[in-house]
Amino acid sequence: MKTIAIIGAGPAGIEAASILAAKEETEILLFEKSASTLDNLRDKAFLFPDFSAADDLVEILEAKLNRDNIKLLSGKEVKSVTEQDGGWQLQDAEGTSYTADAVLMTTGYKVFDAHRKEELGYGIYPGVITSIDMEKKIKEGKVLNAVGDTPKKIVFLQCVGSRDEKSGNHYCSKVCCVTAVKQAIELRKLLPEVETYIFYMDLRMWGGGFEEMYRESQEKYGVRYVRGRISEAASTYDGKIQIKSEDTLVGLPLKMSADLLVLMVGMEPSEGTKMLTRQCNCADSYGFATTMNPHLRDNETAQPGLFVAGSCKRPMSLNDTLTDARSAVVKIAEYLR
Amino acid sequence: MSKYFSPFVIPFCIGVVLLFAICIWKYIRWYRGFDRLQRAIIKKNILSWKFLPAIWEIVMESLLHRRIFKRNLVLGYMHASIAFGWFLLIVVGFFEAELGIHGSKPFWVAIFYRFFQHDHNTFASAAIFTQVMDGLLLFVLSGIAIAFVKMIYSRIVGMKKVTKHVIFDRFAKVSLWCIFPFRLLSESVTAAMYHNGGFLTQTIGDILPFANVYVEYICWLLYSLALGVFFVSMPFSRYMHIFTEVFLIFFRRLGVKENEQKSGYTMYELSACSRCGICIDACPLNKQLDIKGVQSVYFLRDIRYKMLKDEIADNCLMCSRCASDCPVQLDLMAIRRQMRDKKELDTKNNYRYLDTVRPFNAMDRVVYFAGCMSHLTPGIPEAMEKIFETVGQKYWYMDKDATICCGRPLMQQGFHTQAADLRRKNTQLIVQSHATLLVTSCPICYQSFTKEYKLPIKVMHHTEYIAELIKSGKLKVNKDASLKVTYHDPCELGRGCGIYQEPRDVLNSVAMLMETPEEREHSLCCGFNLGNTVIELEQQEKIRNAALENLQAGNPDLICTACPMCKKAFTRATDAKVMDVAELVSRSIG
Ligand SMILES: Cc1cc2nc3c(=O)[nH]c(=O)nc-3n(C[C@H](O)[C@H](O)[C@H](O)COP(=O)(O)OP(=O)(O)OC[C@H]3O[C@@H](n4cnc5c(N)ncnc54)[C@H](O)[C@@H]3O)c2cc1C
Ligand code: SF4
Ligand code: SF4
Ligand code: SF4
Ligand code: SF4
Repeated sequence: MKTIAIIGAGPAGIEAASILAAKEETEILLFEKSASTLDNLRDKAFLFPDFSAADDLVEILEAKLNRDNIKLLSGKEVKSVTEQDGGWQLQDAEGTSYTADAVLMTTGYKVFDAHRKEELGYGIYPGVITSIDMEKKIKEGKVLNAVGDTPKKIVFLQCVGSRDEKSGNHYCSKVCCVTAVKQAIELRKLLPEVETYIFYMDLRMWGGGFEEMYRESQEKYGVRYVRGRISEAASTYDGKIQIKSEDTLVGLPLKMSADLLVLMVGMEPSEGTKMLTRQCNCADSYGFATTMNPHLRDNETAQPGLFVAGSCKRPMSLNDTLTDARSAVVKIAEYLR
Repeated sequence: MSKYFSPFVIPFCIGVVLLFAICIWKYIRWYRGFDRLQRAIIKKNILSWKFLPAIWEIVMESLLHRRIFKRNLVLGYMHASIAFGWFLLIVVGFFEAELGIHGSKPFWVAIFYRFFQHDHNTFASAAIFTQVMDGLLLFVLSGIAIAFVKMIYSRIVGMKKVTKHVIFDRFAKVSLWCIFPFRLLSESVTAAMYHNGGFLTQTIGDILPFANVYVEYICWLLYSLALGVFFVSMPFSRYMHIFTEVFLIFFRRLGVKENEQKSGYTMYELSACSRCGICIDACPLNKQLDIKGVQSVYFLRDIRYKMLKDEIADNCLMCSRCASDCPVQLDLMAIRRQMRDKKELDTKNNYRYLDTVRPFNAMDRVVYFAGCMSHLTPGIPEAMEKIFETVGQKYWYMDKDATICCGRPLMQQGFHTQAADLRRKNTQLIVQSHATLLVTSCPICYQSFTKEYKLPIKVMHHTEYIAELIKSGKLKVNKDASLKVTYHDPCELGRGCGIYQEPRDVLNSVAMLMETPEEREHSLCCGFNLGNTVIELEQQEKIRNAALENLQAGNPDLICTACPMCKKAFTRATDAKVMDVAELVSRSIG
């Protein structure tokens, strides 16, 4: 009988658990610090690139947990992971210990805290919201501006807390460009009158179907793109947001007012990821997990028996996360053989 | 006359003559480099009462080195014993010679008195003089001994790093250090032969195995040579500070100030730096980043010897930490700005918008100037607006939409004409508003408005304004005694403008203010001051982290500051909880 501990019941954790559990003589301990699984999916309305409902995916993934040999331990936050005589010992927040033959870390990401870029006015002006807030509004099907009216103009700002030396995150978060395109299209579907602008540094349409979506957003939905970073935001007397920026394509300063300013917040390692990668000596300078080798051993850490998968390694889309979880399964099976 | 001449005095005589000739020539030339305003100030004040405090300060600083004493007793003693001890040796020696040898005599006699006067008892208190002179010599020698130890182990005087001197300074130093041991030796040999020594020289003389006219002559010659060499090198070395500081204190007390361009007055400041190196330990670039060669001591030296590089002039945070520690109180920040003079910036296009900003009549209002940096921390102006509204104060938010910078950041970088353009426009707007009070949220602007502008209205930093509101009872705040806060003194507000107490008063009335290890004059720069254009972000962060550590030492619930720039610097470090004083106040009025 082999016991595998998986830390984090997000898409990566669940996918890996369900495949590993198919093997006989295997028991899975799936730790999840929050009361529910898949929190980072539940607040989404539709998913890029196919606009499928996030709730559908949640349902499918949850169903995968219906196996006797998967023990879902929700509300249990793993606080420490240590190697012990060739095996592993885990401890949760209450101090209960568990042992396992192998550990898979799928502790995921958290979004950048927009308060840290105070010049953009998040938390100060009600008209400034994050992409997560916008996702929730779209999910409710009700998008209103700060004073409760239907918005006429919505501005998205890319790379908030990513590719930004000042906030300490040099990397690209990968999902926010296409998420902005996705949200702008959804808004135009929901409120055909609304004008949408996307301020970007450069648009990274790297995935299958992304570029097509981007083109469609312009041709079919009239989404407008401005190359430039917004330097500051202020509120106007009527509750709108005034934006100061520079259009770096034409090289001119630009002022614009909008009903809503949506900050496309980037991905950072979750608190759990930061804590555990540091403990296990596999943290990069941001706190994401590092692996043995980016090509062939991208799920293994320097410690045999400790594996990682999903967005605890670096920003990843769902598709990549799920694929990565499956690849970790192969490595774990090899290790336990 | 010939009775009082011996060829060994020649080096000394040449030295003295050259020293005075060079010094007088330099001082006159520098004085002629004063600009018209500086000279007018001297003319106006030279016969005023300002004279007296100047004399007092010269005694306290140039001779006694009070400021160095305050910093470290041993270091103070070292400086005072050499300066004051030598001064007394000269003065007492002069009187001794006057009393001991009647009639006219050449000026060197006082210096080489024992050689020319072997008789111990020429006047009533001669024996006392002899003992006193020995005592003074011992006093100076003790200072030289400390200086020697300091060279090997600087911690003895409380210094971590000492100045790395140029060859020329070392040469001058060696000659200075030789003067007093040679004097001791000469007088001891003479005492051995003629029994005219005091408790020190006689004791040593009595145990000397060699003492004859040849030895005696060589010793006195060495003493004279050391003096001569030192005097000739003095005007070109750091020891020029000995005389120059006296003039500097004098001019400064009369009211002369540095201006935007280097002037004759700057020359006095440059030479008044003793290269004591106290500014090195003070500098965060040294402490946190181990950057060498940029601190004020090297910066001034490089200007003086015309070898200043732009990288050195630009590599300074303008945090004025060194200026507040400098025992000579040199206006280091002003000199740094002068050396950054870059006139070629073309702002024609950038400044076109200035004409579009319209004046506003704010007769019955307070003018509120948030400052450009506060636009990046909108929480601060929001808080101020709430405070104005709470006390029912009408206000004109002058830079709400059309933000015109106060000009100081440009000035810090050396763009003086551009800064003047902005000052002109802002002054015009402020004057035309007819208001009587200007409140600003930015210490940089505050320093600019109070020092570089000549505004006809009162200027307050928002911490001063809020402190007054609370004190007068106009603003009611709730104190949360369970909230522990620490306060960061922004460089520009604290050391720059001397505002330390008002923010603390305000914080004490809304929370529990804790002390931090380094505060007020000693506060640490947040590293994100606009002054430095050379260091990288990571280096700024290192400086920031040191300041943060100081603020977090006592585990406060919240860190407060009074400058948008410091606030931004600290909030960038992820886990710190930071607020401006105004924001905390606005929260405490519900
Ligand atoms: C705004 C936004 C929109 C997005 N939209 C899309 C989209 O449309 N399509 C798409 O493909 N991708 C999208 N993504 C990306 C997608 O959310 C991620 O790829 C995916 O959630 C990553 O899954 P994960 O399992 O690696 O991590 P997570 O989803 O973060 O799951 C990690 C889990 O671990 C748990 N955990 C953490 N620490 C501990 C601990 N110490 N002990 C126990 N449990 C712990 C957490 O509670 C969490 O449940 C979007 C991302 C963002 C930011
Ligand atoms: S995906 Fe786009 S918005 Fe997000 S960090 Fe990368 S470039 Fe910026
Ligand atoms: S600048 Fe001031 S502190 Fe620095 S070496 Fe000169 S005198 Fe000393
Ligand atoms: S102002 Fe600050 S950074 Fe500049 S030399 Fe002085 S102490 Fe160093
Ligand atoms: S704070 Fe800053 S930047 Fe600001 S107005 Fe004053 S000087 Fe200009």
